[in-house]
Amino acid sequence: MSNNLRKFVDKLKPHFSKGGKFEKLHSVFDGFETFLFVPNTTSKNGTHIHDAIDSKRTMIMVVMALVPALLFGMFNVGYQHYIAIGQEAGFWDMFLFGLLAVLPIVVVSYVVGLGIEFIVAQIKGHEIQEGFLVTGFLIPLIVPVDTPLWMVAVATAFAVIFAKEVFGGTGMNIFNVALVTRAFLFFAYPTFMSGDTVWVRTSTTFGLGAGAPVDTYSGATALGQVATAATQNVQLTGITGNPIGFWDGFIGLIPGSVGETSVIAILIGAAILLFTGVASWKTMFSVFAGGALMALVFNLFGPDTAAAHFPWYNHLVFGGFAFGAVFMATDPVTSARTEKGKWIYGALIGAMAIIIRVLNPGYPEGMMLAILLMNIFAPLIDYYVVEANIKRRLKRAGNK
Amino acid sequence: MANLIKIKRGLNIPVNGRPIEMIGTSVLPAEFALIPEYYHGVTPKLLVKEGDDVKAGTPVFYEKQFPGMNFVSPVSGKIKTINRGERRRIISVIIQSDDKMTYETFEKSDLPALSADEVIAKIQQAGLWCFIKQRPYDVIADPTKTPKAIFISAFDSAPLAPNNDYVMSAQMSDFQTGIDALSKIAKIHLGIRAGKKSPFQQVKNVEQTVYEGPHPAGNVGVQINHINPVNKGEVVWTISPQDVLFIGRFFNKNVVDLSRTVALTGPCIKSPQYYQTVVGANIENLIQGKIKSCTSHRFISGNVLTGIKVAGNGFLDPYATQITVLEEGNNIHELVGWGMPRFRKFSVSRTYFTAIFETKLIRKLFGNMKYKWDTRLLGGKRAIIMSGEYDKVLPMDIYPEFLFKAMIAGNIDKMEALGAYEIAPEDVALCEFVCTSKLPLQQIVRNSLDIMKKELE
Repeated sequence: MSNNLRKFVDKLKPHFSKGGKFEKLHSVFDGFETFLFVPNTTSKNGTHIHDAIDSKRTMIMVVMALVPALLFGMFNVGYQHYIAIGQEAGFWDMFLFGLLAVLPIVVVSYVVGLGIEFIVAQIKGHEIQEGFLVTGFLIPLIVPVDTPLWMVAVATAFAVIFAKEVFGGTGMNIFNVALVTRAFLFFAYPTFMSGDTVWVRTSTTFGLGAGAPVDTYSGATALGQVATAATQNVQLTGITGNPIGFWDGFIGLIPGSVGETSVIAILIGAAILLFTGVASWKTMFSVFAGGALMALVFNLFGPDTAAAHFPWYNHLVFGGFAFGAVFMATDPVTSARTEKGKWIYGALIGAMAIIIRVLNPGYPEGMMLAILLMNIFAPLIDYYVVEANIKRRLKRAGNK
Repeated sequence: MANLIKIKRGLNIPVNGRPIEMIGTSVLPAEFALIPEYYHGVTPKLLVKEGDDVKAGTPVFYEKQFPGMNFVSPVSGKIKTINRGERRRIISVIIQSDDKMTYETFEKSDLPALSADEVIAKIQQAGLWCFIKQRPYDVIADPTKTPKAIFISAFDSAPLAPNNDYVMSAQMSDFQTGIDALSKIAKIHLGIRAGKKSPFQQVKNVEQTVYEGPHPAGNVGVQINHINPVNKGEVVWTISPQDVLFIGRFFNKNVVDLSRTVALTGPCIKSPQYYQTVVGANIENLIQGKIKSCTSHRFISGNVLTGIKVAGNGFLDPYATQITVLEEGNNIHELVGWGMPRFRKFSVSRTYFTAIFETKLIRKLFGNMKYKWDTRLLGGKRAIIMSGEYDKVLPMDIYPEFLFKAMIAGNIDKMEALGAYEIAPEDVALCEFVCTSKLPLQQIVRNSLDIMKKELE
């Protein structure tokens, strides 16, 4: 099979090379060829052998780590739907409902993002970079399931062009591209990104799951309930008024963005990322540590609001905190790049997310803004870490 | 007792084809070459023409900037051809050996009575100066600048590198003479591998330091960084131990004897072992009949990390102490390699199974994994994406990623501040090996050092 495929690719290749009929599609062809076969370019000078790692392998590990969150998210979309309309449904019914609801977002995100990526690669004449494989997978996981597809398309296009390509493509961007997509949606279409009605799909999906929401239905997320609570100690409830607590947040059968609800699924992803070494454990750990510490400070000394007295452990499992810590803060390109810097960067993200959640009632969820804010500061943190090395070197020279 | 320095960061790459300690017989080739490009930064001025007779030690060209700095013929014979390239640049001087090996005789010198300047002048005259290099810039040392120290690493930690303890044990008197000569110029630091008994422990006139840890612990750059780092305006000299022998022989016997023992290594060699040869030799008959058959071979003068790619009938570069042969691999088309388990591929990242194969338990149960090596990059070139990769294999007080970025951007002030004076291309070879983005880091460093030298001197 492999040989025949190779022959086929070799036969097509001249048409896409310089002077061929489809010269204009060279980058696209090259993208597909290197996707199918490991490039057989050999070293000309420098090291003659190379480690088997490449950016495709790296990206695919992140995608694998995201799969549990996606699958759980699909199931949860169906689960929430059937509870909301008060109907009994089996596991596969729920999953199918969620699959059909989420898959279009995945497709739109990939088609738009990769399309732009292909075009830019062709214009610049370089290889297609695989960074969007991860971004395109992240976007569906961090939006509410009811986000209109055209909005996903517009936001993805905006983020890929203005947060990535204008900076020079994968590896050059300052902001996490998926989060810019989320931020664009958040500020451009706020009514679709927050409130009580967007987190659970109550309408049908491709004709499946017809029914009206039950009387007790309320689609507010846990953090939404905290932000609007009148009393200091708030009892969180699920979408039909049933009380929920820490373990519900941990398991994740609660309303929220598609992939962010289940801490279990996220931790499976975290295990993959940490075992393969693709993500930095320092960043991940320090986000949780920074968040927990800040929340604890508010618990003890904070103002008399529900958000300030929301227990610190609940802060870590509800909303996008865990998802952001594991998949967003650890993006190597936009995070701090020095080992010391990673501790500071992570801790500040955690702390900042909690500060936004607690002190700004307009933003029940602070994770997205905290990470984007720290994306700006990451180079500054690195600057001071590296500057210390430079100073040490100058001092050494001065001592002689 | 010598100081012990433990180096933790680094990597020993498990390439198969380690030489066994045996010296095979080989006939010296008919052709030898002096290739100016191998002496980085040299502008050669020819002293011979085609057809001239030369002896071992006869100057062939000299460096334009330092007229006393000769580059000499390694054997006796005739100048066969002088190959020139664009703008009459000398590409190579080919010498036809007469198989007699007659030596140019030099004036007998009384080493203890010589001054530093006289030693320097004599080494230059004998054509042995090219073996002394300097930091900063990793070029042949400027004989007019006094170094603060001379660094020699007695062991080579690169993949499949020759064991100097074995190669040089019978020649320690020449080594000591070489050390005595060099110690007139500056203090000598000798780096020795920890753990084993080594003939280098007996060397006098040096300050010994013992190093423990993976490659690049044997790189002289790493040793300098740990003991006496190069600051702005300072110079240190470096020389490899096998090249110290040349200087020792010169002062002992008054001849230029450039014969050396090289290791023939690598996965494509039938029985890797040592051979006696001479600097600049054509490698063709040395490797003949000793390589395993495969579609195409990569012949390397040197090791897999820093060596120079040569043709099957190419010439040994003057600094090489080993020849490595492996599969080129340009005919391999691996289907969806990024998604396959690829058990026989080595990777320091745990996205492959290497980490599991390299655990003590698995090695005990199943023995050492034999990885498949070829010269493919195994990926496309990208911008730097992953962070922290380089730090794990560069045991120096330097932020390599930031230094490389300054170099790519051509920011000389930043390069200076971030430690470019301390670094040589060979020090970053492991960074290049592990780089996810497949960047040619040694080339980047080489070019930047050249620019710095040009701008700052």
